[in-house]
Amino acid sequence: MAQDIIKGKVFVVGDNIDTDQIIPAQYLNLVPTIPDEYKKLGSYALCGLPDSYKTRYIAADSVTTEYPIIVGTKNFGCGSSREHAPISLGAAGCKAVIANSFARIFFRNCIATGEVYPVETAEELAKAFKTGDEAEISLSTKTVKNMTTGKSFSFNDLGGVKDVIESGGIFNYARKSGMI
Amino acid sequence: MSMTITEHILAHASGKKKCDPGENIWVSADILMTHDVCGPGTIGVFKREFGNDAKVWDREKVVIIPDHYIFTSDEKCLRNIDVLRDFVKEQKLPYFYDPGTESYSGVCHVTLPEKGHCRPGEVLFGTDSHTCTHGAFGEFATGIGNTDAGFVMGTGKLLIKVPSSIKFIIDGKLPKGVLAKDIILKIIGDLGVDGATYCAMEFAGSTIDSLSMDERMTICNMAIEAGGKNGIIAPDEKTLSFVKGRTNKPFQCFHSSPDAKYMAIHKYDASKLEPVAAMPFSPDNVSKIRDIGDKKLDRAYIGSCTGGKITDFIYAAEILKDNKVKIPTYIVPATVEVENALSTEKIDGRTLSQIFIDAGCVEQAPPSCAACLGGPVDTYGRCNNSEICVSTTNRNFPGRMGSKNSKTILASPYTAAASAVAGRLADPRDYL
Ligand code: SF4
Repeated sequence: MAQDIIKGKVFVVGDNIDTDQIIPAQYLNLVPTIPDEYKKLGSYALCGLPDSYKTRYIAADSVTTEYPIIVGTKNFGCGSSREHAPISLGAAGCKAVIANSFARIFFRNCIATGEVYPVETAEELAKAFKTGDEAEISLSTKTVKNMTTGKSFSFNDLGGVKDVIESGGIFNYARKSGMI
Repeated sequence: MSMTITEHILAHASGKKKCDPGENIWVSADILMTHDVCGPGTIGVFKREFGNDAKVWDREKVVIIPDHYIFTSDEKCLRNIDVLRDFVKEQKLPYFYDPGTESYSGVCHVTLPEKGHCRPGEVLFGTDSHTCTHGAFGEFATGIGNTDAGFVMGTGKLLIKVPSSIKFIIDGKLPKGVLAKDIILKIIGDLGVDGATYCAMEFAGSTIDSLSMDERMTICNMAIEAGGKNGIIAPDEKTLSFVKGRTNKPFQCFHSSPDAKYMAIHKYDASKLEPVAAMPFSPDNVSKIRDIGDKKLDRAYIGSCTGGKITDFIYAAEILKDNKVKIPTYIVPATVEVENALSTEKIDGRTLSQIFIDAGCVEQAPPSCAACLGGPVDTYGRCNNSEICVSTTNRNFPGRMGSKNSKTILASPYTAAASAVAGRLADPRDYL
């Protein structure tokens, strides 16, 4: 996770995107630590979104996404504790989710697995971005710029979990601090 | 020390005198539970990080309960149960509830207390978000992901943030027709699905005291539906008599100090509560049944960790005993113990199972999570099309019970039963 700049197209979603929409329960038979099944999980990322989302996160003829950045609103990742959720996003090629708030277990699973950066912001980004806009995130300056409109926005510090993220997840963190 | 019950337990588990909300502390786990959906991934992480020959930190403290995808022909689901079997054998784990054998039990959150794995004052981690259910026994219980669980499996410890506590004081006598499910749905409706994010939800008051352990579980089970990290109810005589009948291990009871600090305190007068339902697609989309208006239904579902306990079926049977259902009504006991009780518990001389048959319900399923979370397409009771289902389960996000075109309405077992009889969403008070 030691990169600073994350660049690419944005995919915009609404409130309370729950883990059943991120990865529907019928695909939980896939085990994330098996490489082939990890990839498969990626190919189903966000396929539970209602049909009202005309643009799909993964195009019909693809197994990965063209949108490395997801812009959400409140309570992103609510619902179950399935780690399959951040993993399916990561496996699909998502690098960061920027939202106004995250559900606790999803946020925690992002940190523990190192699959995607969960970034919190007070800005109403879902109004400032359209699906398909190009964006650039700088983790060091805590800003995200909409390259399509030229506007920049700030996001929150990662706070107490920063040490864990910077170590690369809970295992590395524990090794570094002499726990294991 | 002035602390809430949650803070007392976490301080104790981290070997400290005191801990404060917001602090990150290492705590020792008393129980780690995993199931067939997250177990294989957890084991994968454990082996990747600690090596192929690694041993779990404490064999007595790892509990493995396959329950989600049991009665299916899906090959990967069946393989996942085999992964658990191999691991249990390799590690010689004593607590494994293996499908197809005498030891099979059913839904993890009802199995854990039944089999004596829940004790006041302990810390219980589970790879399932509804692990918060076990706060009903006066312990700290919360859901974690595979990576964290793999870590606990190897070390017995986890770094966690101490949550701020919100207290809910519910006093007074519940009116006829109103159940624990109505209380918690009302609270989630008031708070919103993210109203308690990262917080401990502590439930107290004379109404909570009067509830059975089953009903207290229903309340704590849904703390996660408001974003809570844990739900918790202080242990009392009822807790002790339940727990002592099922475990020999010593434990310690903790209580909130009188001057403990809360982020907020919410008071409810139970006598003013009414039957409610959470409409699609969110558990906080809650209204009084009488305000919802006419809603035609396609099916009813009574089951899951929150709505498939014996008490839930007794409530449903009170209504179904004198009536016939108008829509397909699915009955899924949470565990084998509940299933057995369905054929021994009687109302007016008839067993509950008989009452359900006589009322015209669909043939009862064997215990498991079944359609509570959709699952493989051959799952019992799964909504495969655009059904509208009234259900005693705990989530109704799009696609939760199967197809994303289906709709789930969450309600109490009274309301589900009354609605099954009416074929439309119905107020149970008209049937009691
Ligand atoms: S019954 Fe439903 S909510 Fe409970 S553990 Fe099973 S799937 Fe989860």
